[in-house]
Amino acid sequence: MKKPIPVTVLTGYLGSGKTTLLNRILSESHGKKYAVIVNEFGEIGIDNDLIVSSDEEIYEMNNGCVCCTVRGDLIRVISNLMKRRGRFDAILVETTGLADPAPVAQTFFMDEDVRQWAQLDAVVALVDAKHLMLRLNDAPEAEDQIAFADVVLLNKVDLVTDDERKIVEAAIRTINPHATVYPTERANIDLNHILDRGAFDLTRILENDPDFLKGSDHSPDHTHDHDHTCSPDCDHHDHGHGHGHGENIHDTDITSVSLRGATLNPDLFFPWINKITQIDGPDILRLKGIIAFKDDPERYVIQGIHMIVEGDHQRPWHDDEPRESRLVFIGRNLDREKLERTFKACYA
Amino acid sequence: MPEIAENQFDTYVEFAGFINGKPAFATADGSLKIDQSIITTHDGLLSASLSQDCKQLVTGGEDGKVMATDGDGNTKLLAELSHKWIDQIATGPMGLVGFASGRTAYVVNNDGTIKEFTHTRSIEGLCFAPKGKRLAIARYNGVSLFWTGMDADPVELEWAGAHTDVTISPNGKFIVTTMQENALHGWRIDNAATGDGKHMRMTGYPAKVKSISWSAKGKWLASSGAEAAICWPFSAKDGPMGKSPKELGTRGNSMVTCVCCHPVKDVVAIGYADGMILAVKIDDASEAVLRKIGKAPISTMNWDQKGMRLAFGSEEGEAGIITL
Repeated sequence: MKKPIPVTVLTGYLGSGKTTLLNRILSESHGKKYAVIVNEFGEIGIDNDLIVSSDEEIYEMNNGCVCCTVRGDLIRVISNLMKRRGRFDAILVETTGLADPAPVAQTFFMDEDVRQWAQLDAVVALVDAKHLMLRLNDAPEAEDQIAFADVVLLNKVDLVTDDERKIVEAAIRTINPHATVYPTERANIDLNHILDRGAFDLTRILENDPDFLKGSDHSPDHTHDHDHTCSPDCDHHDHGHGHGHGENIHDTDITSVSLRGATLNPDLFFPWINKITQIDGPDILRLKGIIAFKDDPERYVIQGIHMIVEGDHQRPWHDDEPRESRLVFIGRNLDREKLERTFKACYA
Repeated sequence: MPEIAENQFDTYVEFAGFINGKPAFATADGSLKIDQSIITTHDGLLSASLSQDCKQLVTGGEDGKVMATDGDGNTKLLAELSHKWIDQIATGPMGLVGFASGRTAYVVNNDGTIKEFTHTRSIEGLCFAPKGKRLAIARYNGVSLFWTGMDADPVELEWAGAHTDVTISPNGKFIVTTMQENALHGWRIDNAATGDGKHMRMTGYPAKVKSISWSAKGKWLASSGAEAAICWPFSAKDGPMGKSPKELGTRGNSMVTCVCCHPVKDVVAIGYADGMILAVKIDDASEAVLRKIGKAPISTMNWDQKGMRLAFGSEEGEAGIITL
């Protein structure tokens, strides 16, 4: 079996700089060849026979679950690309500005062929620093894209003041404390920061999430010039309004809940996580975790999108690692109290 | 064992068959080998279908071109859409050629004129009815049956889910789709217009069905997607409803990836994921090994018109002609 091709999904509202970033990835010499799946061919100014335009086509799977959606067009395009897989090292998928990232991501888990050939590497969201606060008020898609992301590029920071930028950063952190945030101008990011992240790879999951690994009660400062970023453990959840943002800060309905506890009983944990994701799956955008099972010498890692959950043993626990379980949910209408209570009921 | 003349190509074999009786192999890089000569048809080849008179191979490519190539290697450009991938081709009677990109299907008439058929959803598969009067397109939640010669609204056959390819039985009575889920779905065409919903659900596959083939007179529809070729009986008025399919060439260790029924006899050639090819009689399930295990899954097979030779190709560029 050949190694699956890594796939990076690029999301971002209209005008956030996706095309600029794509052009950079296609034109810079970084030693890798990318096949790029775009919605509109015209915007990319580069002639490259590995740019494929594709009409976004969302298919509900016939299992009665409204959140089990895939991108039918991606299945076709990737199947065709794989007939000559020697031509490229990785795949980039650009979504439309209004796209929900979930169907794209789920395609890489729900379609048996795509799953065999390709592996989702990370979801990268571009955010326009100048217009994000407005977008968050009028476009739920913008919020979803941030919530779903592993990496957020806070682009066009040269167009805002330091204060404005702090407000935007705080809003991003409120929605998704676990993404890595990079402020950029004209999408000038070191491509190593967005490619080959392994964010969905169970063997590497969470290695790029220092917040998660440190287990601190407050997020470390990813952006290095910030007084305080909100982590899910903050008990002042409405703090966004307390930073003096005025009236224009949006009321996010996306939150994250971080659970942390002792060793778990697998006979209680698996039925619990299955039940939670079955019942609350439509509201859960992402989940990821490292679980310590009682008397199990190996770390168990899980990750999920809506109702799709996958997990595996990752590696033996190191002697100096505390045997604790950590789990993060990002989603809408999450019931923190219920999650905490039922998680504790899984303790060994 | 029958005699096999093997070739090795660089890429995925999209089509292995016979153009005007000459062995022909089209590969994903766009090259087409006819007898001993090799020509380049496309910058990246995605789809291929032999014309019904078997004299031309019609191909679609990453270059947006639709080409027709005859047995002497003469090529003709039938259509071109810039920056579009032509990943579906269908051929019909009277030289009709259908192709699709995104949400639009096109029919090239034998006088070279092109007619467009648009839909609100992406076109996943297309085929012509036996007389060429109708074009069926597979789409999300069903099939649309367009009239090729008229600007009339299509007949819509609905069934929830994504339909990925479509075929019409040789007698024109049944229409069957492959689905994104592990199933086939069928309708009777005669009551399709009234929509009285004679649905035929053909399920139970462990994998997606990617290859389907009608037996010579349309008595059987053979399919991939399991460790045997699943052959559904279509001789009765309601097709396979209430009947069990035949499972032919069952192997415990390899999936069927390609099926191709013999042009005259009720025999099906079955290609497997490990490269093996069997010929199996549908009536008594007796098997003959045509090719032992190879390197890669069989991706394409076609018989010559008399059914004396079988051409095959694999996902890793293996190809050959088996002479019975």
